[in-house]
This record gives sequence, structure tokens and C-alpha cells, in this order.
Amino acid sequence: METMLKVDDINVYYGAIHAIKGISLEVNKGEIVTLIGANGAGKSTTLRTISGLLKPKTGTITFEDEVISGTAAHKIVEVGVSQVPEGRRVFSNMTVMENLEMGAYIRNDKSQIKLDLDKVFHHFPRLAERKKQEAGTLSGGEQQMLAMGRALMSAPRLLLLDEPSMGLAPLLIKEIFEIIKDINKEGTTVLLVEQNANMALSIANRAYVLETGQISLSGDAKELAASEEVRKAYLGG
Amino acid sequence: MGIMDQFFQQLINGISLGSIYALIALGYTMVYGIMKLINFAHGDIYMVGGYVGFFCITIMHLPVLPALVISMVLTGLLGILIERIAYRPLRSAPRLSVLITAIGVSFFLEYTMMYFVTPQPRTFPHILSDVAYHIGPFVVNNQQIMIFAITIILMALLTYIVQFTKTGKAMRAVSFDTEAAQLMGINANRIISFTFGIGSALAAAAGVLVGIYYNSIDPLMGIMPGLKAFVAAVLGGIGILPGAAAGGIILGIVEALVSGFISSTFRDAAAFAILILVLLFKPTGLLGKNTNEKV
Ligand SMILES: Nc1ncnc2c1ncn2[C@@H]1O[C@H](COP(=O)(O)OP(=O)(O)OP(=O)(O)O)[C@@H](O)[C@H]1O
Ligand SMILES: [Mg+2]
Repeated sequence: METMLKVDDINVYYGAIHAIKGISLEVNKGEIVTLIGANGAGKSTTLRTISGLLKPKTGTITFEDEVISGTAAHKIVEVGVSQVPEGRRVFSNMTVMENLEMGAYIRNDKSQIKLDLDKVFHHFPRLAERKKQEAGTLSGGEQQMLAMGRALMSAPRLLLLDEPSMGLAPLLIKEIFEIIKDINKEGTTVLLVEQNANMALSIANRAYVLETGQISLSGDAKELAASEEVRKAYLGG
Repeated sequence: MGIMDQFFQQLINGISLGSIYALIALGYTMVYGIMKLINFAHGDIYMVGGYVGFFCITIMHLPVLPALVISMVLTGLLGILIERIAYRPLRSAPRLSVLITAIGVSFFLEYTMMYFVTPQPRTFPHILSDVAYHIGPFVVNNQQIMIFAITIILMALLTYIVQFTKTGKAMRAVSFDTEAAQLMGINANRIISFTFGIGSALAAAAGVLVGIYYNSIDPLMGIMPGLKAFVAAVLGGIGILPGAAAGGIILGIVEALVSGFISSTFRDAAAFAILILVLLFKPTGLLGKNTNEKV
């Protein structure tokens, strides 16, 4: 299998706080890989470091054989990695359409952008109905859809998702996870951060369990879901 | 002249003055929106703009419009340079450090200018022959019309850029959430540079227009209008573009009315009284939402 993303023994600090303590992980082309763990384990920090918002003190991150640790965040999008950040962070003061345009900021291929826009509207028909609505007035679920659609507009090869289920009703979570599966089937590799371990393990190929800045377990998602350790700690039984 | 006539006459004067404030206030508010920085050197950028225009007209014998455009371009570049040298290295520094730096930049511009152009005020040449138009009982002169027209054109241009161009949308995105904007592939530093450039160019336009209107410029001419424009930006709601425009015009009108009906001694006091009232009763400004939302 072709390795797409390789995180190699990174250490990340917030000032004196040692948040990530030597994490290594890999994502292969075409996979859905999930990173699960409790509050404060360092899941978001890991994704933010991959996206270049934080710099690892030591260790390297490689994407398709190109070292990207040390590359500016806005350039990493051009390389093909796009993130849906925790808490959605849509541009509330802009319309749905403008948010999607910002997602395609790095691109100039008008006809291809149009095709991707249609694709986003196909995945999220509710966004199509609300093109002109200010993003700040969307419901939480719609904002999550917009954040995902916006990230897809850069036509990423690797999509990083930080807790897409946060604050959503169970039915909506199901819908969102179905869409993640579809996006993956259409050729986008996915690294999914979740606290909702049940859902995440159900759609992922492989998983990593993060505990206070270190990876404690990793392996096949189905096997992890069945393992005693994970069931106890993350699946409520 | 009856009291109503005088009122309308002061209204006309106030709109001219207010247009100047509005042009300066727009730069304040744009830079605040994107960096959360009160750029106290902004009034001095306006002063530099006035001088560039002055030299274009006196030394290079250019007509008003080319002088205005050249001043806007050069001063815009100066704004970009200042941001690059003075503010960018402080991107993750505490806000107080940046504020103090802005005051430092302000002094630097004032006294560097004094060194090169002397502290003596310069008399702006009379480039527009005075034409006064009598509309009923009111008098509007051609300079007032020019100031107002140029202000409207620049505001329309700015609105177009911010609302409809890709870079303008990126400006709004960076203002709202710099990190999320970076995740879109937006180079925030470049957008901040651009914002400084535009804001400085607008201030430069104000500097040239003031030179033409009041006939005189000096290296400290930016201090008062800089503060007034800051008041205007706060009055309209700092970070909000239409707010800065409205705040500037309102402030100009209030000042003109106070000068005309009470005494010009109280002109400045009126501006600062407005600031205090706004801060007391609606700190988010006239157009600001009551949350801490930024635009
Ligand atoms: N800006 C920051 N400054 C200092 N410490 C931080 C900062 N952001 C995160 N941390 C710390 O780093 C650790 C990891 O945080 P992170 O946000 O990555 O956790 P997480 O796994 O995403 O948690 P959650 O599931 O609650 O989102 C925590 O101990 C947190 O307190
Ligand atoms: Mg998190």
C-alpha cells in the first residue's frame, strides 16, 4: 500500500507544555484512518501540526514524499491537505457561497471549480438551498456541512476532519458519517479525529488511540473496536 | 442669513470635513479589523500623503488627479513597508507591545518628516481656481464638491474590492478568523500587507484633499485628524467599514455645527465628547452588534 501521510516521531509544545510526545502514524492512500482519544489527549494538536498551524519541535511530517513540517500553513493546502477544524470555524460574516469560494481560494481552474461545487452540493443539498444565507445563521449541522464542503473545494487528496460529530444529534451524525464514507469512496483519503469512538471505528480502516500526547494502541479498526481495552475506555463497556 | 440657512451651510462644510475623516477612519478600521491593532501612526501616514501630493504639484507640476494617484500609490507602499518592518515581527507579541510600537512609528514619521521638510507649514498652491456655486441661499465651492466626489468614488471602489474581489473576500476571511483563513490556503501576511496598503492610500488621498482645501500642510498635521478619525471609527463601530464612513461624516457635521453655532473653540471638545458618550453607551459603535463580533 502506498503511504500518503507519514508522521514521524513528532514532539509539539505550547510554550512549556509538552502536548505531543513522540507520535508516529501513517495514512495510506485511499484509507479512512481515525485518531481517537479523550479530551485533551492531543488530537487537535496533531491535526493542527499536520496542517502547519503548529510546528513540531522535533520529528518530521511527510506528505507524498514531500517533507511538510516547516511549510507554512497556507502552502500545505496547495500540497493537497485540507482540514475541517474543530468547531467548524466557518466565516460567519460571509455567505455560504462566499465560504465555498474561500475554500477554492488556491485554485484558478474555473470549470473544474464549478464541477467540485456541484459535487459539494450533491453531498450537501442543504447548502445549495442556502447559497446566499450568511454562514453565521446556519444551524450547527449545516455549519458542519459547510465546513466540510469548504474544505473539499480545495480538491484535497487528504482530508483532515476534527470531530465532525461534535454537538450534533445522532441522526445527523449518521448522515455526516455516511457522507464521509462517500467522499472517501470518490477518492479522498481521510484522517478522522473523533471522541465518538463507536462511529469513528465503524467507518475507519485503521485506528490510533491517543492518550496524553502518546499513541497507546493502534491497528485495524474492527479489531480495536472489539478489543477489551478500547471497549472499556472509549466505548462505554 | 436665517438660522436654517446657516444650518444647511454648516452641513455642507461638515460633509466636506467629514469626508476627510471618513477616508482616514476607513484605514483605521480596516487595520483594526484584520490585526486588532490601533495603528496610531495612521494620522502620520495621512500627513506623508499630503506632502507627497504637495511635491507632486509644486515640483513636478502635476495636476490634481495625477498627484492624488501618485500620492496614494507611494504612501500605500510606505504603509506596506511600515507593516513589514515594524508590525510583522510582533505578530505573536502582546498587544501592548504592538501599540507602543505604533506610537513609536508615529513619532518616527513626524520627526523624520520634520528633518527633511522643516517644521514650517507649507502653503499648498492654489491649483483650483475658486468657483462658488450658489444653490438657493447656500454656497458650495468646487473644492468641497471635489472632496465629496473623490471620497464617494474611493468608497465605492473600496466597497467593490471588499465585497466582490477574491482578495477582498480573503480580507474579510482573515479579519474574521486568521487561522481558518490560512486553512483555506490564504497567505494571511500578504492580505495584511494589502490591507495596510489600501488603508494608507485612502489616508494619503485625505492628506492631499486637505492640502487643497485648507491650503496648508505641516509635519504634525496628522495628529488631530488622526485622533478624530479614530473617534469616527469607534463611533461607527471599529472594524466595520460602513461604520467608519458614517462615523466620519457624522463627526464632521457635528464639528461644523458646533463651530458655527457655538464656538470653534469647542470643536475638538465635541469630537472627544462623542468618543466618551459612545464608549459609555454603545461601546460597539453605531453599526456594531452588541456581541464582540468582528467584521
Ligand atoms: N493554545 C494552547 N495553549 C496551551 N495549551 C494548549 C493549547 N491548546 C491545547 N493545549 C493543551 O494541549 C493538550 C492537547 O490539547 P488538544 O486540543 O490537542 O486535545 P484534543 O485531544 O483535541 O481534545 P478535545 O477532544 O477536547 O478537543 C491539552 O492538554 C491542552 O490543554
Ligand atoms: Mg480537539
